[in-house]
Amino acid sequence: MLSLITNKHRLVLIDGSRLIVEACAQAGADVYVGYPITPASLIYTYASRRFPSVLAAPDEITVVHWMAGLSAAGRLPVTATSFPGLALMVEGINMAYMMELPMLIVLAMRLGPSTGAATVGGQGELIFLNGLISGGYTLPVFCIADMDDCWRLPPAVLQAAVDLRSPVVLLTSKEMVMTQRSFDLGCLADIAPVQRQFYDAPSPYRSYDAGGDLVPPFLPVGNPDHQVRLTASTHDVDGMLRSVTEGVLANTRRLQQKVEKEMPILHDLNEQAEAETLVVAYGITAGAAREAVATLRAQGEAVSLLVARTLLPIPHVYYEILDRYPRVVVAEENLRGQFTQLLYGQRLPPGVRRVNGIGRMVSPERIAREVRSV
Amino acid sequence: MSVFLVDAPLPYCKGCGHRLTARSVVKALEAVDASPLDVVLVTDIGCQGIVDRNFATHTVHGLHGRSVALGAGIAMGMAPINIGMGKRVIVFIGDGGATIGLQHLLEMARLNVYMTVVVHNNFVYGMTGGQPSGLTPTGYRTVITPEGNPLPQHNLCQMVHDAGALYARRVIGQGDFSDAIREALMVEGFALIEVLELCPGHGAKRNPGMRLRDLAERADCEPWVWIGGVRPAFHLDRREGLPSLFDEVPSVETRFTSSLERRMAVLVSGSAGEGVQRAAEFLAQAAISCGLHVTKKGSFPVTVGVGFSDVDLILAREPIDYHGVSHPDAVIVTSADGLRHNLERIQAMEVGTVWLDASLEMPETGAQVRVVDLRGRAGPRSAALYGLMVFARETGAVPPEALIEVVRASDIGDRVPSEVLEGV
Repeated sequence: MLSLITNKHRLVLIDGSRLIVEACAQAGADVYVGYPITPASLIYTYASRRFPSVLAAPDEITVVHWMAGLSAAGRLPVTATSFPGLALMVEGINMAYMMELPMLIVLAMRLGPSTGAATVGGQGELIFLNGLISGGYTLPVFCIADMDDCWRLPPAVLQAAVDLRSPVVLLTSKEMVMTQRSFDLGCLADIAPVQRQFYDAPSPYRSYDAGGDLVPPFLPVGNPDHQVRLTASTHDVDGMLRSVTEGVLANTRRLQQKVEKEMPILHDLNEQAEAETLVVAYGITAGAAREAVATLRAQGEAVSLLVARTLLPIPHVYYEILDRYPRVVVAEENLRGQFTQLLYGQRLPPGVRRVNGIGRMVSPERIAREVRSV
Repeated sequence: MSVFLVDAPLPYCKGCGHRLTARSVVKALEAVDASPLDVVLVTDIGCQGIVDRNFATHTVHGLHGRSVALGAGIAMGMAPINIGMGKRVIVFIGDGGATIGLQHLLEMARLNVYMTVVVHNNFVYGMTGGQPSGLTPTGYRTVITPEGNPLPQHNLCQMVHDAGALYARRVIGQGDFSDAIREALMVEGFALIEVLELCPGHGAKRNPGMRLRDLAERADCEPWVWIGGVRPAFHLDRREGLPSLFDEVPSVETRFTSSLERRMAVLVSGSAGEGVQRAAEFLAQAAISCGLHVTKKGSFPVTVGVGFSDVDLILAREPIDYHGVSHPDAVIVTSADGLRHNLERIQAMEVGTVWLDASLEMPETGAQVRVVDLRGRAGPRSAALYGLMVFARETGAVPPEALIEVVRASDIGDRVPSEVLEGV
């Protein structure tokens, strides 16, 4: 939980975008690459005033390639976009994943399909993100659930990008980045800058030699000490394009292994001992779930709540939690329950219900009604 | 063997023009007295891209057509500490890559990124079987145009020159053309060398007897140099000590009292460009000054100056987890745009109050409707603020003096007519 500094209140009206950008800057993200798109443009605007370096790209394909180049040179780049921009970035994100280049992509979700409604929120990209990396590899995906998360998740996610040597996605929604709320800035914990070390051994650097670990040390291109080889093609530990051999494939498999084993698991679990129903939510729907659970408990119903912040890869602990409850209600703002499908597949087990909707936020009343009907 | 190479036999077909280009680049690097680790070689997809294994420089092998953008990111990331100190980015790309990545070439030329692009133009996509690219001359025979390419080719050098490149040069890829590449490497900004080559596998075979010089002459793509105006290379600023974004957010002191007893949802609905969002922001800040929790959810079309502009405000004594509003308790409607957009919500109201501008048609609703000449008394741009003043005075949810103080303390405080705030 967020540590509270309660002796000095500073009440403001603020949106999530401002918290996200300030948190990124304080964490040490040093270059923002922007291309405007609603509802992520506010992040771009704030970043232009706060990041040490800002680039205005001519399109989202350029955004991700500039980010990859900047990352290869040792910078820690950030961008924010929405689905249409993300769609253009897909090939470049795959490249950065294969090259193992840290970067942060904030995805402010909105109503789709296609251009949909740019000023209406949504949670419709999770399955797309789950399959974004060709071959079934997992792109690390985290999700902001509330205003506190706008502050504490960016540093954690940036650290994960560095620690994993990987692009990471931080999901949010139009409703989080554009809605303003009363907020006490005095409650914000200090942010420690991202800890990052570059390879400094005297022996020749091998770009993808993880040694006994799963994440290879990083060294920027252009350094005066060691040759660095990066490639998006299937390669060996030296970064040399190779035909498919078991050794080369082992290096490729490592991409998944490192994400599965080194990914931080961030979630909130609020359980009641006697509860037999668990409400599961993430992102903007977490607020509605909290309110629904509070209402139900006030009415004497026992119910537990899981708010997921690490979404992909799905942490094993989520399954352990789910298995403890005969009844589960998963709430999310999309057509058919994307997180639900990732958790359970297309056919829901008995006792599992989903609460979905498009075009407006899922309400606490709908979640509470579903809990009562399970 | 050159210090720039780790493996001398280059991985190209016999007679491939790429070999001469790579050799000329190596010779040019030796001539400018660079050291291998001062150079980042970024290669594209295509036959030219498989040469990075031979180089002792840093090497980065990217995606088809995107090597120019990738290389630019590296160049900008290394700058400013390395520009002018011998560090340089060289991009190898083919004519196919230059076609799919044409915008990257134009944009990096426009920005004048410090990099040297070597376009290996052998007129075909060699790795995929010899299809025509945007740089294939008219009449050139390819696997899918056996009678000859019917289309004209781009004049790439002219295009990047027009986009702002400091230096562009087309050379015939025969013999030693390292001097031309050396000249490009000396340019402190965006430079491009287009090397005309023949692909032995897919070009020479389908165009027997074709000589590069004849082809260049016939296709009007003869060797030439385009020199751009002198201007500094793109410099990525690194600003230190920037103030916190929180410094520009006004703090709100809690010095007023609200009569609010239970959570209240307020809908403010009007037209874009008439100050609806700002007025609601003032009310939200005034609510905070009463110790209330508040959320302000704006809704408007992407064309921000046309159509409706709505705000759902929630005022509460307890923290607000969910900021959606299904059924507002209070509604202020200032324009026909606002009424039209929220007619269903207003019609669905069974209780509550609607403050309706006098110019608007009375909706059927279970709410109490109070008709007020909002636009007439305050003008269109202040109608929403005026309506919220009316709301504040009549409900006491937010004391009017709290709202007046917030407005007066704002950057537009001295421009809001006093009758808007005090003449209700």
